[in-house]
Amino acid sequence: MKHSTAGENSGKLQRLCRSGDFVVTAELGPPKGNNPLIVEKKASYLAGFVDAVNVTDNQTAIVRMSSIATAALLVRMGIEPVMQMVTRDRNRIAAQSDILGAAALGIKNVLCLSGDHQMFGNHPFCKGVYDIDSIQLVSILRTMRDEGVFPDTGEKIDGAPDLFIGAADAPFSDPVEYRPYRLRKKIDAGAQFIQTQCIYDVKAFREYMRRVRDLGIHEKCFIIGGVMPLKSLAMARYMQQNVPGIVIPESFFRCLASAPGGKAGDEGIKICCDIISELRETDGISGIHVMAVEWEHRVPEIIDKCGLLPRPLV
Amino acid sequence: MIIAREKKLEDIYSLTSSYQKIMIVGCAGCTAVCLAGGHQEVVRFKEELSLYMKKHGTEAALKGYTVERQCEPIFIFELVERMRNIDAIVSMGCGAGTQLLAEKFDDIPVFPALDTIFVGISRETGLYEENCRSCGDCQLGYTGGICPVTRCAKGIFNGPCGGSTNGRCEVDPDIPCAWCQIYERLKKQNRIENMYAIRRPMQWKNQNPGILIQKGFKKQ
Repeated sequence: MKHSTAGENSGKLQRLCRSGDFVVTAELGPPKGNNPLIVEKKASYLAGFVDAVNVTDNQTAIVRMSSIATAALLVRMGIEPVMQMVTRDRNRIAAQSDILGAAALGIKNVLCLSGDHQMFGNHPFCKGVYDIDSIQLVSILRTMRDEGVFPDTGEKIDGAPDLFIGAADAPFSDPVEYRPYRLRKKIDAGAQFIQTQCIYDVKAFREYMRRVRDLGIHEKCFIIGGVMPLKSLAMARYMQQNVPGIVIPESFFRCLASAPGGKAGDEGIKICCDIISELRETDGISGIHVMAVEWEHRVPEIIDKCGLLPRPLV
Repeated sequence: MIIAREKKLEDIYSLTSSYQKIMIVGCAGCTAVCLAGGHQEVVRFKEELSLYMKKHGTEAALKGYTVERQCEPIFIFELVERMRNIDAIVSMGCGAGTQLLAEKFDDIPVFPALDTIFVGISRETGLYEENCRSCGDCQLGYTGGICPVTRCAKGIFNGPCGGSTNGRCEVDPDIPCAWCQIYERLKKQNRIENMYAIRRPMQWKNQNPGILIQKGFKKQ
């Protein structure tokens, strides 16, 4: 996969992955409203500091501006989005339709997810669709792109959507021993890049990557390690207790607790930078994905401190 | 077994408060087994509704009768005689039984006393667990006998998602992650390769009102 040629329609993220560069992506959460200026403001913090920007899709099942619309706004701003797409809210008709629309709008990257269950959000008893799961969605996208047909019927698509297909990975969710095999399934289905759940315990993650490399998966896709800077001790505790697949070493809690007043966030950023440095040394890792939720303005300093600037041009 | 539970009394009352001659029909089938609508429940409910009505200043003549199974015409035939001078029926059968009553006695309003909630296992008296969503294309052969449509909150076929922690579902820690259970079961049976293969999307054939006509059926 590395040092391979990207097609002429490929976006920056795919080109950099294929040329062997260490890529940087970050996350942007759309607003809970229809004001495009908020999207522009958040995006302006990230422009020039990352290679592509993930747009979340009604994350935590809370209604926000749609990921396709937000991604289209980014394209208009000259910023490359990774459009996240969950299977919770759309059946295969809507999913394929959105894929055609995304391609038409100049969106080059799609991340396929099942999505947080609707119980978590502000419409807990709405109907969760789940017509297909994330791996089936990856497979559908690959068929649409490579065969130019709708998979269910074999009917030709008028122009095949040329997309860089991504999926998520949760190395520390149960059953832990099965996770590399599930990752392999995603690659077999057609996933080309992977963004992982937030990594805090690098030692445990490296052990996971050893098993991934044993299966040869790292050679078939680009694995981008997820990082999330901890703003406070409270946030660390919340994440550990409430977010699946998060494992935070005890030492981080101590660092955050002992930070002088008001400086816990700075300590969190320092921890994040240390993790990024270690990920850069980890065999099989092609980049990092910074999830600074509602903290997008601090992404530039993280990228800078880690020596990842300037971002390469393609 | 079909499992149902009683609606709130105030909701049943608000459906029936304007009627004076009410027949409460129980079912000795599924809803009796799950203690929601059998003969004993009819007796108890009749009493409770009567008291509730008095408390709210209305009154009605309440009758109760329990049939073998509300979902079969042959068993509700004996109700015909008993429906003279009845102006409303309250069914303590499942949704299917309630609809058959409504069809048979289509000049009398029929109201459900129960919410039918699922097809499941009666673990013990008083403890019932959903296991089947009648998807129409049973996947149990691939998943070691654990239903991914019903037992996985997201109905995933290539699970688990990233939300499983300590073998529990992200939606509720009291709910086991179905895919963790499937994994363990298949491992135990040396069939783990079922989880290496990609399962294709379901063709959901259970969306239109179903009808099953068995081979050899002749209309009576």
